[in-house]
Amino acid sequence: MTPATAEPRAIRWLLVALAVLLLGAFLLLPLAAVFTEALRRGWGPVVAALADPDAQAAIRLTLLVAAIAVPVNTLGGLAGAWCIARFTFPGRALLLALIELPFSVSPVISGLVWVLLFGAHGWFGPWLQAHDVQIVFAVPGLVLATLFVTFPFVARTLIPLMQEQGRAAEEAAATLGASGWQSFWRVTLPQIRWALLSGVLLCNARAMGEFGAVSVVSGHIRGETNTMPLHVEILYNEYQFVGAFAVAALLALLALVTLAAKALLERLGARRGGMA
Amino acid sequence: MKRPRRRDPLPGFGLSLGITLLWLGGLVLVPLLALLLRPLELGPLGFWHSVTEPRVLASLRLSFLGALAASAVNLPLGLLVAWVLVRYRFPGRRLLDGMVDLPFALPTAVAGLALTALYAPNGWLGAPLAALGVKVAYTPLGVALAMGFVGLPFVVRTVEPVLRDLPLEAEEAAATLGATRWQAWWRVVLPALAPALLAGFAMASARAIGEYGSVIFIAGNTPMWSEIAPLLIVVRLEQFDYAGAAAVGLAMLALSFLMLLGLSLMNRLWRRA
Repeated sequence: MTPATAEPRAIRWLLVALAVLLLGAFLLLPLAAVFTEALRRGWGPVVAALADPDAQAAIRLTLLVAAIAVPVNTLGGLAGAWCIARFTFPGRALLLALIELPFSVSPVISGLVWVLLFGAHGWFGPWLQAHDVQIVFAVPGLVLATLFVTFPFVARTLIPLMQEQGRAAEEAAATLGASGWQSFWRVTLPQIRWALLSGVLLCNARAMGEFGAVSVVSGHIRGETNTMPLHVEILYNEYQFVGAFAVAALLALLALVTLAAKALLERLGARRGGMA
Repeated sequence: MKRPRRRDPLPGFGLSLGITLLWLGGLVLVPLLALLLRPLELGPLGFWHSVTEPRVLASLRLSFLGALAASAVNLPLGLLVAWVLVRYRFPGRRLLDGMVDLPFALPTAVAGLALTALYAPNGWLGAPLAALGVKVAYTPLGVALAMGFVGLPFVVRTVEPVLRDLPLEAEEAAATLGATRWQAWWRVVLPALAPALLAGFAMASARAIGEYGSVIFIAGNTPMWSEIAPLLIVVRLEQFDYAGAAAVGLAMLALSFLMLLGLSLMNRLWRRA
């Protein structure tokens, strides 16, 4: 018999089928389209598009930008999570809101702000030009724009977890004579490692996939300031569809790996929590 | 919790706060200050003219109305997915759960390319829709579609935890008192989820308003018709009109802020009622 708080079996299956069908059409079909379009003429053109020197440069640049932006925002996120989740102080709620602010800012604005500061007609533009330093339309601009859009990821993953865990464990370690760093490495880090890893992963996925913000500061110089997502756009606008979809497929693979790893980390985190 | 000043046993408050302020100030606050101050050089009247140009107004209208329409469609869809994920056990549930996050993880340019290929007049879904007389790609409908794609996870992931924590007792009580399943759902479950639905709607809309990468490929970007506000910022920057670009950006942020404020006020009234 159906319990009073459950739907009849037919309704249940109907709802599940509807959800699977709609999500499949809305989310999965686009993904399938990327791989189909990329492989339209077999593997040859895909390999050729990825081996192209400009594509190689774009891949290297994307890795470089992520390799700078992700560690900076990881360290900042750890510091932010430590003071927000372990102490009370006036302005704490405001600080939290400001840390999450970049999520509600358009990617284009995230790029625009750096042009306003460091562009040719920006606040510091003339000074930079006089000293022959280039930030916008160069790699530093790409890094800054990426830092802005990936800013909240690590802090946002850590803060709710660390607030829930409370400060008892670290207080006990301090009472037993552990120094601050000892307590961080031996007590805090093991408690948060899966969440931290998950935050870093999401931060990295966004850093490598960011389009709008880097598009504004890049200047689209091939082989120099073109990241992978920007390379996709250039190829697409030149009607090199197979090449565009080949690079897009590589980025889609990155997204799939990120999702799989995130699911795995969540399960590891839940198992640990269940044992504690 | 203790105040940090009174000899806190935990170290690192000053250091971590210092690093946080430096990180936040340098990477977020100073740049946003430039966005706030730059349009000042236009003067109040110049600012007003800059953001009320017909082309700007049309793009703002498309960005906001498109985002609101897309999020409105995402409400029932997101609720359905969250309901199925929380309440039912079925083969492939984990896969469905993972699928929900796809728009979060997929780079926006890839999503834009994919949606364009899918809904173009010769695409898998675009061709049958074109036969029905519905044009999606290169129209405002395509813009809203891309906005819906990036916003869906926000609705699902906001409703899901609230639904999971919803006590079954209320529904049981409703059933005991003679309510049909549908009545219990409509009168008990839905009102309890309403604040979460509204919050998800707000987040999805905020994201969709600023969305760029997934939209510009499918939009076709015809001025006054399918051009979104973020693209107008890019156009003005390319003409070295920094103040004008900042003015559009500021107008977008201000309107988003007002919208979020309105929605959160609505939520508060709802909760009190």
